Amino acid sequence: MKRPLSVAVAILSGLLILLGYFLPENFSALRSLQTLLLGWAALVAAAAVLVGIINLVFGVHWKRLRAAQNKDYYSPFLILAFLVTAGLGLAFGPDHPQFQQVVLSIQAPVETSLLAMLAVSLVFAAFRLFRQRRGWIGWAFILSAVFFIAASSVVLLGDPALAPLQVLYQLFPAAGARGLLIGIALGSLTAGLRVLFGADRPYSG
Amino acid sequence: MDANTLIGLGFTLLAAALILLFWLRRNKQARPILRPIRAIQGMRRAVGQAVEAGTRLHLSAGRGSLLSPDAASALVSLSVLERIALLSSVSDLPPLATSGDPAVAILTQDTLRGAYRSVNALELYSLERGQLTGLSPFSYAAGTIPVIRNQQVSASILVGHFGVEVGLIADASRQEDHFTLGASDSLTAQAALFAITPDTLIGEELYALPAYTGSNPVHSASLKAQDVLRWLVIFLLFAGAVLGILGVL
Repeated sequence: MKRPLSVAVAILSGLLILLGYFLPENFSALRSLQTLLLGWAALVAAAAVLVGIINLVFGVHWKRLRAAQNKDYYSPFLILAFLVTAGLGLAFGPDHPQFQQVVLSIQAPVETSLLAMLAVSLVFAAFRLFRQRRGWIGWAFILSAVFFIAASSVVLLGDPALAPLQVLYQLFPAAGARGLLIGIALGSLTAGLRVLFGADRPYSG
Repeated sequence: MDANTLIGLGFTLLAAALILLFWLRRNKQARPILRPIRAIQGMRRAVGQAVEAGTRLHLSAGRGSLLSPDAASALVSLSVLERIALLSSVSDLPPLATSGDPAVAILTQDTLRGAYRSVNALELYSLERGQLTGLSPFSYAAGTIPVIRNQQVSASILVGHFGVEVGLIADASRQEDHFTLGASDSLTAQAALFAITPDTLIGEELYALPAYTGSNPVHSASLKAQDVLRWLVIFLLFAGAVLGILGVL
């Protein structure tokens, strides 16, 4: 009995939200119901953040720290960082400028370093891609990379003689991206409809 | 109701009607014939090898929120996770799911629990199987990389909404010599994945994954509906261009 009820609630909520997007604005009762349901969803999502963090810190890393074998020596750092950040956040409030400064002073350099690592990884990946796929895809990749780097370079960017070329280099990626995005939109639509039909149930009920 | 809303409503109703039509007209005896996709064939092999070798499968569900348009890709990842959990329920090491959205992390735990309950193997489930590894893009990547390196993982299936940070996750998996399947609804993530792993799904191939993993006949019906809608969009674009050239539009 539990599962049919949860499926019915999920389908009904989904249909009400969907109808809210299509029906005119003078259906005020439906609009307020849509706002109410979305508000509940936002509240549940906020509670999920807390549940997720507690699970990560105490369900995963605390267990790894206490494990008899294969101890994870990074886990104490994570737990300590969490406790200090949560403690300071609760004491001073998340909007406190000095608290934000401390958090950003740690987070920004770490994330920038990761971005730099990613740039290096992608450059190596591009070389590997050319080596592994020497066919037309490899050559198409190299030619388009050289073409786009040259066309968007500082030297050529302002040259009026190259204006038609620049239109061309904006046109091709835009056309390709639109094609992919239309496919993704259609895929999203059918995936959403499967949930509305109750065929996909991302909840066990 | 304006024209855009009407078009949206029309497409939604048409898609729903097509899914129902193809589902009702399905041949219950025959398996649906699907175009072979190398990455998905590789994933099937990797799942089989992981079960045989007693290694772990890792599914990264991305960091798409359920309250945003990225939710559809998260739903696909949950569908794939359920299938993987069922296929690998006889493995020594159950699969592990990571995500960057708290609600999706809870749903990965629920999906795994539901899958194991359906095969009477609830002892395989624990809360550690579905982890929230980070809330910002790079903290998510930084939290996922140790999972790939330290949890006896042999294959990583990256399905969901990612940004460019997926490059770090895919590269860590490649360095460990794992099978890596990448599928995302984000063009940036697709570009990064395409450079790093040969098993990348492009465009709407992500949404075909549930049909290929064969979990439900509705997935095949939905794939056929998607194909019909795509041809309809192509026709409309062509017709619009021709009418534009002729000066009618």
